[in-house]
Amino acid sequence: MSEGSPARPASQETETETETTGETGGEADATTEDAAATPERTTGAAAVVTALERANVEHVFGVQGGAIMPVYDALYHSDIAHVTMAHEQGAAHAADAYGQVTGAPGVCFATSGPGATNLVTGIADANMDSDPVLALTGQVPTNFVGNDAFQETDTVGVTRPITKANYFADDETTIGDLVTEAFTVAGEGRPGPTLVDLPKDVTNAETEARPPEERDAAAAPAAEPQAVERAAEALASAEKPLVLAGGGVTKANASEELRRFATTFEVPVVTTMPGIGTFPEDHDLCLSWAGMHGTGYANMAISHTDCLLAVGTRFDDRLTGGIETFAPDATVVHVDIDPAEISKNVHADYPLVGDAGVVLDQLFETLPDGPDDRWATWREQCATWKEEYPMSYTTPDDEPLKPQFVVEALDEMTPDDTLVTTGVGQHQMWAAQFWTYTEPRTYISSHGLGTMGYGLPAAIGAKLAAPDREVVCFDGDGSFLMTVQELSVAVRENLDITVVVLNNEAIGMVRQWQDAFFGGRRMASEYRWMPDFATLAEAFGARGFTVDDYDDVADTLEAALDYDGPSVVDAFVDPAENVYPMVPSGGANDQFALSEDHL
Amino acid sequence: MHGPAPEERTRPVGRRSSQGIRVDPHAEATHEPRRTALSALVYHEPGVLAKVSGLVSRRQFNIESLTVGSTTNPETARITLVIEEPEPGVRQVEKQLLKLQPVISVRELGGDAIRRELVVLKVHGDEPDKVNAITQMYDGRTLDAGPRTITVEITGDEQKINDAIDAYRQFGIRELARTGQTALARGDEWTTDAEEERYERMQTEMGTSDSE
Ligand SMILES: Cc1ncc(C[n+]2csc(CCOP(=O)(O)OP(=O)(O)O)c2C)c(N)n1
Repeated sequence: MSEGSPARPASQETETETETTGETGGEADATTEDAAATPERTTGAAAVVTALERANVEHVFGVQGGAIMPVYDALYHSDIAHVTMAHEQGAAHAADAYGQVTGAPGVCFATSGPGATNLVTGIADANMDSDPVLALTGQVPTNFVGNDAFQETDTVGVTRPITKANYFADDETTIGDLVTEAFTVAGEGRPGPTLVDLPKDVTNAETEARPPEERDAAAAPAAEPQAVERAAEALASAEKPLVLAGGGVTKANASEELRRFATTFEVPVVTTMPGIGTFPEDHDLCLSWAGMHGTGYANMAISHTDCLLAVGTRFDDRLTGGIETFAPDATVVHVDIDPAEISKNVHADYPLVGDAGVVLDQLFETLPDGPDDRWATWREQCATWKEEYPMSYTTPDDEPLKPQFVVEALDEMTPDDTLVTTGVGQHQMWAAQFWTYTEPRTYISSHGLGTMGYGLPAAIGAKLAAPDREVVCFDGDGSFLMTVQELSVAVRENLDITVVVLNNEAIGMVRQWQDAFFGGRRMASEYRWMPDFATLAEAFGARGFTVDDYDDVADTLEAALDYDGPSVVDAFVDPAENVYPMVPSGGANDQFALSEDHL
Repeated sequence: MHGPAPEERTRPVGRRSSQGIRVDPHAEATHEPRRTALSALVYHEPGVLAKVSGLVSRRQFNIESLTVGSTTNPETARITLVIEEPEPGVRQVEKQLLKLQPVISVRELGGDAIRRELVVLKVHGDEPDKVNAITQMYDGRTLDAGPRTITVEITGDEQKINDAIDAYRQFGIRELARTGQTALARGDEWTTDAEEERYERMQTEMGTSDSE
């Protein structure tokens, strides 16, 4: 292939493209020897694909389009498997869940304009939850940029506030380096989404330049030893210490360190919702998760602790309630890899900037050995709260099916390492409350952004990341409808996932708030008509089931799990059922309501 | 059996301020907003200003002025931000700025830093002598004098600029443009660490090439 060919005028774009496609196609068919040899790639697009290959990317999720076509064309010869999604939002969510399960960035592709803007919700979602995602977007040729060209959007501008970093690739000789850098940045330190915008002329341009071999991962940073000592002293002198484990513990793979720390010193543990599974929920020391719909005992413990060891949490308002009443008696030791999280929402008396696992080990080494006898009273107090405020619901025979029962039933039938994804709403809370998580990275949900429609595409990403594990998705009827089209992908890829729609014929969480705080005026929250989800599933080529009776739950779920492919269980649950406990928005954590009567 | 209802539960005695700081009766922390200048050294690349201003507006920081200009290194630029925030807010601006990819180093300037601002203003030209007297008093310069308008420039710290503007009011100020503050640390002190390191590196490199 010719070197140093002059830049082509943009008007010849389409022609060139056909040429290239024709050429490659011909090459592949030509002779057997030629086909066996790795085809020579000399474009910016090929450098992009090489960068992904060198980063050991195995799956990418995306949707084709004019501006991204050169990159797709370069994928033609790659071993990387491309999963065609029905909508770019699905691609971003699938990549997000894939990244969460594997721990390395998930990758999604979209074309310029509407393709890129459709990614936005998924990117924003990943950004709020610090999930590692690399988004690659096509862009109109550079000489059209800024001219309101067909399918042009300022993607870098649009995604600036919702990415950890984003890049505009304006040079084919560095495009591969840029993709490598974006991939690395997405996964290192505090993870997050990154984006590289790829103009079509740059991906089409010929270049010999290839991205560098993958650079070595940076060592996990430790906290300053003096700071660790001071924090350890504060912990040792506490009467009622409590560990609060956030999503950062998951990101840092620090579950082992957390378990060793908490069980050795016998300190009770609460998690945030993203921290679910970092500490086994069936352990005596575990008080489950705190926050608006967290357990009563976790919220009592948060309110009464005198020393809170918060690890990898950003103190979201759904966790803290009103800041004025959050852990009011506690000195706060805050461990976070991102210095900007320190004292952002809750003042840290003892900031420890570093990797969650490394810092937990530093604290472990620094604390005097063994559990402190004084803490026994505190542990007993926590145990009492567990008895006083148990997680429960009623299941009289004559009542409609309770959603919590369905969650518990499925939990019993599935292995411990089952991956659970969810939509957003009441069902998401029940899936978090009534399933017992014992392993990290098993509750995969949209926490910070709260994106309805996250569940199904996330289940697809999770299943591809862990084909040997059981994957179930709890969805709401409203959430399911937002990304239901991704069922076509699950069927096409023959993914063995089980979707359970907790169908309450409403966007239930909204209705709950209307009943509690808007005088019961159910404006636009009840569905007067819903499709038959079982038939809908069959139309997509999946298996569909319905269940509305306690007696049928076990058999139906069993059948859905047994089916070797995607299945959807439409579970008609009691529309009157609401999520409790509940800390009213902005309230104090210990003022949770256990029922309507308390609101 | 359920424990006590919300209003019957024992309440912890402590409280936090609206900024999440524990309100300790012995050392109650209150944080009045204060005005301060931050100096950020950034890579001089397209979009860096948009990134910084976007961050400021997105996070609702109270910004008074923001100036940008080149440094001795063609690859970097200096951004000077004057902000008015309570103490925790100032620290947040600093930390959030540092998270931006093109930002190399951020430092809050001390009270003794050298701060300068330029104002160009245009007054009615009816009393040229009086205008001239004020301009001299503030070490300013006349940039343009016509029958109807006189345009002057004044350089100085914020206080001086404010005073000068007040003094010109009597003539009727038609328009004015202020640049916002730009600043450097005073004396031997470096404005940002990164510059010190680079300067030292350059010195050694020059030193080695000399000896060769
Ligand atoms: C994309 C999006 N739109 C709107 C909302 C606001 N919202 C939060 S929860 C909720 C109700 C969800 O209904 P459904 O999925 O049926 O779940 P349920 O609460 O009934 O379990 C709504 C509308 C949201 N979180 N996301």
